[in-house]
Amino acid sequence: MFKRAMFLVLALALSCSAALAADAAKEIKIGFVYVSPVGDAGWSYSHDLARQELEKHSDISTYYMESVPEGADSERVILSMARKGYDLIFTTSFGYMDPTLKVAKQFPKTAFMHASGYKTSENVGNYFGRIYQSRYLTGMVAGLMTKKNQIGYVAAFPIPEVVRGINAFTLGVRAVNPKAEVRVVWTKTWYDPALEKDAAISLLDIGVDVIAQHQDSPGPQEAAQDRGAYSVGYHSDMSRFAPEAHLVAAVWNWVPFYLEAVDQVRKGTWQPKSDWPGMESGIVDISPYGKMVPEDVRATVDQRKQEIVDGKYVVFSGPINDQSGKLRVEPGKVLSDQELISFDWFVDGVVGTMN
Amino acid sequence: MEDFLPYLAVLLPAMTAAISTGAPILYATLGELVMERGGVLNLGVEGMMMVGALAAFLGCYHTGSPWFGLLCGGFSAMLMSMLHGAICLIFQGSQVVSGLALTIFGTGLANYLGTPYIQMKIQGFTALDVPLLSSIPVLGPIFFQQDVLVYLSYILPFLLWWLLMRTRFGLALRATGENPAAVRAAGISPGAVRWAALMLGGFLVGLGGAYLALASMRMWVDNLVSGRGWIAVALVIFAFWRPGRAVFGVYLFSGITAYLFRAQALGVGIPTAFLSMLPYLMTLAVLLASSLRGKDSGAPADLANNLRPED
Repeated sequence: MFKRAMFLVLALALSCSAALAADAAKEIKIGFVYVSPVGDAGWSYSHDLARQELEKHSDISTYYMESVPEGADSERVILSMARKGYDLIFTTSFGYMDPTLKVAKQFPKTAFMHASGYKTSENVGNYFGRIYQSRYLTGMVAGLMTKKNQIGYVAAFPIPEVVRGINAFTLGVRAVNPKAEVRVVWTKTWYDPALEKDAAISLLDIGVDVIAQHQDSPGPQEAAQDRGAYSVGYHSDMSRFAPEAHLVAAVWNWVPFYLEAVDQVRKGTWQPKSDWPGMESGIVDISPYGKMVPEDVRATVDQRKQEIVDGKYVVFSGPINDQSGKLRVEPGKVLSDQELISFDWFVDGVVGTMN
Repeated sequence: MEDFLPYLAVLLPAMTAAISTGAPILYATLGELVMERGGVLNLGVEGMMMVGALAAFLGCYHTGSPWFGLLCGGFSAMLMSMLHGAICLIFQGSQVVSGLALTIFGTGLANYLGTPYIQMKIQGFTALDVPLLSSIPVLGPIFFQQDVLVYLSYILPFLLWWLLMRTRFGLALRATGENPAAVRAAGISPGAVRWAALMLGGFLVGLGGAYLALASMRMWVDNLVSGRGWIAVALVIFAFWRPGRAVFGVYLFSGITAYLFRAQALGVGIPTAFLSMLPYLMTLAVLLASSLRGKDSGAPADLANNLRPED
């Protein structure tokens, strides 16, 4: 008994002093690899906002490389970060998946986290957030604010991630406004500001009065602002591009997630896994509302947000019909993560096709 | 019949959009056309437009004058074009390699120098209705409720046609693209003519880039040009190196793009991968058709060849 107590005390003392020593001596080094420039207001910008927060902690030092093309170039960049002894490296684009795994094999002591992919290894984890929950809420705002019951959605590529976003948004619109329709225009671009602006104008031409988007550029926001329509942003609060138009945005907040990962690496408890946290963890959220959004709309949406956070409401829960009116999700059933990851059909209320 | 009405109704806004989204490509296509008629292949259009766009933005941002910005855009791309001239006309470098390098260099340079300005806005050029003409039904909104750079783009093809086909300079320029030795024999320096073609063409390409910054977006964003330079290169071939057909090609392309977007918005399924292939597909079809009919493509005979020292 005494022995065991002694052991405990010793262990405690040791770990305390170790922790103290570590705090004093070793600051943890975090690397970030971005696919686009951090000033783009989009995906990379959202990660960099979190990086700047981490940098404010005195015991964390961060470093980033922006505009790193996917493929061979990214492997070189990740490799040089690993060589410099970074403790944890975040690679934040889909195409970094295999390069990350390849480099990770040579640096078993370094932790790697890859965003938006699906592969893991001994020291590579992957992560993403359930941004579709935010999309659903922004859809509710759009559904309540539209006067013509016509909403436009400037979409990037017909892949499951984008389709999931359109569906969640439309379910949100329909939850509050069963008469409204969401019209989809594909640009087949992630980033072409002038083209995406024209795609939004084409929707405004046929009479939509709210524009939502899935690309990284502020082009669609600009179009809504120019034409006196409303807009819904994505990735980050885009209200500075369209102060008169911007209702709300579906936004990322990587800070708590990254802080936790850093903490785990420091304590040695970090495990490579596939992480897909939702709004309850704070990783996804909606931006502050524009000043034109009235109080009752805010209250309705905030209430649903609380239900999602508390786990009382699931976005993709039945009954859900597809575009042809066929029942695809039975009442009381919810879509599994596997089904969400391979979404290839539109819910009722979407006007548009899958190509 | 009633089913078709909405598709007819979006024709008008589609054409309005086609004119303004086509304008930057029109400037760039005409610029490349001038250079190629003089015998210089310049594949650096994409990079030159990027530099032109950034210079135009900076000029307008720091002085508040979009016209000054426009000049900055034109002259900066002209400098890029002269770099191409230095490599190909002085040092006898490969026109293809130099042009490709110019694209990579220009895109990188503009993105790098533009980083501190990302998301910043400028006043730029906004739509300016032409009195009287803008109230003509149908045609008014399409052609005469645009910005002033679009109005300039209406006049430019006529000016260029006149310059190329009706002046001594134009004759020398066309001859230099076909047979520099003959130009030399007539007592004109083909090298000097090519320099002139590169400078004029470069300036026009720069105006195309400037349009994107000053009129399309009125803001600096990364990779603003996004492949429009390559579309211009393809359209020159499509146009058989003729200014009139270049205008037709540009508006055909921008018109189809604008119409397909609106058809999608109405809920018609059109494969949009088609969109991105379109200018290249059109070019291939035209080349194929002309070679099937046994005609040559109209390319200047000496295109992409460097001048021999004795020329």
